[in-house]
Amino acid sequence: MSQFAINLLFVGGSFALYIGIAIWSRAGSTKDFYVAGGGVHPITNGMATAADWMSAASFISMAGLLATGGYANSSFLMGWTGGYVILAMLLAPYLRKFGKFTVPDFIGDRFYSSTARLVAVVCLVVASVTYVIGQMTGAGVAFSRFLEVSNTWGIWIAATIVFLYAVFGGMKGITYTQVAQYVVLIIAYTIPAVFIALQLTGNPIPMFGMFSTHSESGVPLLAKLSEVLVELGFQDYTADVDNKLNMVLFTLSLMIGTAGLPHVIIRFFTVPKVADARWSAGWALVFIAMLYLTAPAVASMARLNLLTTVYPEAAGQVENYEDAMAEPILYEDRPEWFRTWEETGLITFNDLNNDGRIQFYNDANPAFADTAEDRGWAGNELEVNNDILVLANPEIANLPGWVIGLVAAGGIAAALSTAAGLLLAISSAISHDLIKKTLNPNISEKGEMLAARISMGGAILLATYLGLNPPGFAAQTVALAFGIAAASLFPALMMGIFSKRVNSKGAVAGMLAGLLSTLLYIFTYLGWLFIPGTNMLPNTPDNWIAGISPLSFGAIGAMINFAVAFGVSYATEEPPQEIQDLVESVRYPKGAGGAVDH
Amino acid sequence: MADDKSNAAAYWKANVRLITGCLIVWALVSYGFAILLRPLLAGIPIGGTDLGFWFAQQGSMFTFIGLIFFYAWKMNKLDEKFGLGE
Repeated sequence: MSQFAINLLFVGGSFALYIGIAIWSRAGSTKDFYVAGGGVHPITNGMATAADWMSAASFISMAGLLATGGYANSSFLMGWTGGYVILAMLLAPYLRKFGKFTVPDFIGDRFYSSTARLVAVVCLVVASVTYVIGQMTGAGVAFSRFLEVSNTWGIWIAATIVFLYAVFGGMKGITYTQVAQYVVLIIAYTIPAVFIALQLTGNPIPMFGMFSTHSESGVPLLAKLSEVLVELGFQDYTADVDNKLNMVLFTLSLMIGTAGLPHVIIRFFTVPKVADARWSAGWALVFIAMLYLTAPAVASMARLNLLTTVYPEAAGQVENYEDAMAEPILYEDRPEWFRTWEETGLITFNDLNNDGRIQFYNDANPAFADTAEDRGWAGNELEVNNDILVLANPEIANLPGWVIGLVAAGGIAAALSTAAGLLLAISSAISHDLIKKTLNPNISEKGEMLAARISMGGAILLATYLGLNPPGFAAQTVALAFGIAAASLFPALMMGIFSKRVNSKGAVAGMLAGLLSTLLYIFTYLGWLFIPGTNMLPNTPDNWIAGISPLSFGAIGAMINFAVAFGVSYATEEPPQEIQDLVESVRYPKGAGGAVDH
Repeated sequence: MADDKSNAAAYWKANVRLITGCLIVWALVSYGFAILLRPLLAGIPIGGTDLGFWFAQQGSMFTFIGLIFFYAWKMNKLDEKFGLGE
């Protein structure tokens, strides 16, 4: 059977499974649709949350980011997991007790203001739509690579699948589909990692293998990797960073962005009890960590594998790296996986010094220029796209075709499960908060569900359109989504629970100040609405205020939000007594009941 | 009624104290050991690198998981003790 047929079998088979589940668990009521009837077991919910959370960025891109950035990119690992600690302690149990369907519901009721509700809807929709675009693009890339169709077709196929199960299943269908997707993606991620860990270290558990001895050289794996990197002019893999303030703020932005992302929060409305919301956050993190603990191992091992593929002499015990680096492999001797990925254009080779060998080194390092010249190297000849690392892993480790098919299915599952969760958050914000609560309070339950499905369809079309014509930069859009969630929604939610004094004026002013300051800082360096050339300052560390990158500004935006909200609240009147009683009541689990629609 | 209120206030106070303790540990492992205090831990070798690197790429995640389960367990006891559970 050809690889294409195997891929088709795995991807098609997994789709049939998801759609089957969506039909089997079809939503019958708005409660089913928004919160799965409120009867999801905490472990089940944890698994669904994990699939919801881990997107194409986690599955496909993160290992690549870690592999190139080394220690400096640890922020992604800590940021995208540490957020669950905040979620479990500061938000999830109380929002579950509050017992409504959506995030703007809480903000609107707690701050007794339809302006606050509308601002929350805007923040939610902007954050979620920008995030969906990235998922659609990711799914499109995975489809086009594995199903050998064009990128456009890939995105349309992805849109159709998401539409089918999200629109008909609602939260109930999504929950059980996501459980299946979690199982598919974690198996797909782990199997190749286990084989690579065995090959390199003899230890079958990747996260332990990463810190054990590299079999071929007898040196610890990370020490070996750093040695080889330094000999090629790259930065030491474990080197410390200079700009610690920025690393702290970036990690903090990712953490509070995680806690403030509406599609993650609404998952906690689906469990039966308040206590279950706390357990569920713990289980979600366990399931997420199963991938996140494997990712740094995949990153370091794949980087070493790539380097020793190019410089076979450097793999074993090396006395003198000068000799080991002298003879990189001949281009015509390159391995099979190298050739396959060259066809996609994601690996490119350009023989600058015409010696028929592949020189792969850091030609941007001025301190290394002399060494390179002595070795007769005329520049780096190999470009490898970060994103292929995880997808190419099974081929690098010479694993059978079915593993490649499984990884294809896993990558697509990661993108689709997140897209579906985001679309649900968008549709419930529009049908429930905008239409039912603001525009037409007399709408019937049937009418509300129809509106939810129509807005979901509309959101898919918009995301597909933007996925087909991406603004050009997946990483920035995702960072914007986190920045908005961190700077606008998270502080409003937290103050709504932990302070009785913050009133509607304070909350609205805080959300707007957080949102606008973050957007202003990002657009200053990345261009207004990301349009290239409209940025007011070049996006380089010298121009950043106090060395804070635009990606890290969400944390500052959140601080501005808190400060403005407190300042305005204390300068104006106290919230009414019934609101203070409401705050009081969300703090205790007693009398929670199911998530209700008034 | 007054008893209910002081009971509820005591429960909330205990909860906030527990959260504060957990978040101190949360910040210590991630922002502390993994980032700001890494140079102090540089002398402790682990698998070809230092303890700070381990905290950044694995240790903090183990701690986060432990913290959430600890908090959930403690809160269940508090719910029971104050009679405010479901």
